[in-house]
Amino acid sequence: MPRILAVDDSVSMRGMVTFTLREAGYEVAEAEDGQVALEVARGANFDLVLADVNMPRMDGISLVRALRGLPQYKGVPILILTTESNPEKKLEGKSAGATGWLVKPFDPEQLVNTVKRVLG
Amino acid sequence: MAKVDLARFHATFFAESLEGLDVMEQGLLALEEGDREQVHDIFRAAHSIKGGAGTFGFPEIASFTHVLESLLDDLREGKRDIDTELTELLLRSVDVVRNMIARAQTGEPLIDSDSDSLLHELEVYHGISAPVESVGTSAAVSSGGWQIVFRPHPQMLSGGNDPLRLFRELQGLGPLQVEVEAEHLPALASLDPETCVIGWRLQLDAQVRREQIEAIFEWVEGECELVIAPVASADTESATVTDTQPNSDLAAATAIKQVLTMQAEPGPVRAAPTVALGESSRSIRVSIDKVDQLLDTVSELVITQSMLNQLGEDLAESRLEVLREGLAQLEHNTRELQECVMNIRMLPISTVFHRFQRLVRDLGHQLDKQVRLDLHGSETELDKTVLERIGDPLVHLVRNALDHGIESPAQRRAAGKPEVGCLRLEAFHRGGMIVIEVSDDGSGLHHEAIMSKAVERGLIGPDDQLSDTEIADLIFRPGFSTASVATDVSGRGVGMDVVRRNVQALGGTVTVDSVVGQGTRFVITLPLTLAIIDGLTGIVGGEHYIFPLVSIIESLQLQAKQVNQVPGQGELFRFRGEYIPILRLHNLFACSDAVTSIAQGIVVVVESDGRHVGVLIDHLAGQQQAVIKSLDNHYRRVEGVSGATILGDGSVALILDVPGLIRLAQRKTAA
Repeated sequence: MPRILAVDDSVSMRGMVTFTLREAGYEVAEAEDGQVALEVARGANFDLVLADVNMPRMDGISLVRALRGLPQYKGVPILILTTESNPEKKLEGKSAGATGWLVKPFDPEQLVNTVKRVLG
Repeated sequence: MAKVDLARFHATFFAESLEGLDVMEQGLLALEEGDREQVHDIFRAAHSIKGGAGTFGFPEIASFTHVLESLLDDLREGKRDIDTELTELLLRSVDVVRNMIARAQTGEPLIDSDSDSLLHELEVYHGISAPVESVGTSAAVSSGGWQIVFRPHPQMLSGGNDPLRLFRELQGLGPLQVEVEAEHLPALASLDPETCVIGWRLQLDAQVRREQIEAIFEWVEGECELVIAPVASADTESATVTDTQPNSDLAAATAIKQVLTMQAEPGPVRAAPTVALGESSRSIRVSIDKVDQLLDTVSELVITQSMLNQLGEDLAESRLEVLREGLAQLEHNTRELQECVMNIRMLPISTVFHRFQRLVRDLGHQLDKQVRLDLHGSETELDKTVLERIGDPLVHLVRNALDHGIESPAQRRAAGKPEVGCLRLEAFHRGGMIVIEVSDDGSGLHHEAIMSKAVERGLIGPDDQLSDTEIADLIFRPGFSTASVATDVSGRGVGMDVVRRNVQALGGTVTVDSVVGQGTRFVITLPLTLAIIDGLTGIVGGEHYIFPLVSIIESLQLQAKQVNQVPGQGELFRFRGEYIPILRLHNLFACSDAVTSIAQGIVVVVESDGRHVGVLIDHLAGQQQAVIKSLDNHYRRVEGVSGATILGDGSVALILDVPGLIRLAQRKTAA
């Protein structure tokens, strides 16, 4: 079963992502900011990381950069959750090493489709 | 996959958004004071609300916060500076979003004339004007399918994009032929698996739109050479993918405007600012630490229980000592568990305190007074229910302090005081109680004015001699108001008597002391929790009655000669220099077989708001904690009784309501 790490400082968003993906049969771990995510990711091997951009302590872009520095996350897909209002974040995320992005707001179906698309 | 019902996340979203709005409000007030760092927290809060609102099905909130966010982004990027006008605008936006959330909770329409006119103001301020059509991409469908040249840059794989995934997705659109360009493939020995050195020529036999193909390659744009061309066309190299990012900011703003215009109804331009305090929610957010602590305690309880179980299966007299130890352990665990659970209901008073920043700021502007708010002990924790209900009394005290206490800058200057007045809110623990003080450095209470008003209202006689404390206490009497003309700030038809009643309903007390010309201080004392009290059990005619420990001054045995029969006032005795009435509990509750001779019983002296009464009971049965059960729900309200509890042997004991008892005693003496 593919393992996913969901990173978002918003409890409701994280809850929605986690719940939806678990319903879809994935194993999901949560983290409330980049720093926690990095700690969690270090001790595990996730098959996919979903990271919000705007978070306290460590934002999503810095998280992507830090994860790409860890050997076990070199080729692992990492998607950033951006909003339609800041397209520049997509490029910033890409240059930090993100695989792609998911634009907020998204509904559970879009989320599962995107995850399926990445994990096959 | 079963459809996920987004409504299950609504409660969390509402709670989180309200917290976010508090963060924004606090941040804006601090930003106005020059704390630039706040802008990031404010932005993030707005951003989160917008994201959540869009996701959970509240497009009106998302649209409104979108415009708000754009303004905040300008602030964050240093493109614009904060000033009073902008602060005002942003604070009002916080109010509007808060109202929208409240309406979303009750299922009312989210938009009204307030939100509409404010959105317009925000747009004007932000400079969003003419709507701009977004630039669409070519919607051409190729009838003969598509030819795709895809040559990843060497580093593309490091971003986690697997070409195989892209091909699988293309295959989802129709039959796909793949041809490899392997001319740059090095010798096996020098092959780096993380570098991409091959390209592909693909043919997709599907009648699809160009964007459908572009969407698949969306994430690798800029990391590859990509050519998409209809099969019919010979000139494949010219049909490159272009960046066509529509100007979504403006498009969104236009959409919002349309939505809001459609639903707006005429009405007052702007309602007075409201402060939402003391609104109750049925959920609570608890730190993981508290839950962990609870789990620890429960696991200890389970261990004790299994130990006792084992002991019970084979209980020999020789093991009685072990049983005793086990029971002591159980008692210890139970108490710890109780503390943990109570602790979970405890929230810092900062949630109430911090909202006063806004109230004081707005009222100060309205009254042309300069006031600094000092908050102390914001981390002090209170039971959630107490916290919710203490908001209104505090608002009243704060309004009063600003309206009647703190003088205008000119008056203060004339009195040799600094022009900026000081309002201080402080919370702390004292002897198992929570104390909240509201003090100001204003003009203080004017005793002559209070006295003459009290005489005018018939609360006291013109020749009554009152101590300073008693005079100050008059302001809590029903029907008393020191302001000759009710202002729209504190004159809302409720007086200090309501404040006192609300505090008493929480099992607390409120007192006031004041020095003319120097200021006034209100002191609210509250129990830590409403659910459990420490009590002293008294027996009357074989029945158990529980006195809240905090109300007890002393219990004593009187001799018959110490009691005076005063016509019209019943039985009185001298206690610490004052004559206080005796209330016979057996008379009040019609107990048979009770001790009726004062010399043979015990008199428990209790106090509430500075008034004392001696309650006659048969004898005392010891101290215990009592879990309060409401009597109103199971029976009906009984004067002098605040609730009931279940004793260790399963019988019911009534918990005495001391302020109620004192009222009863006064009525009796007055009768």
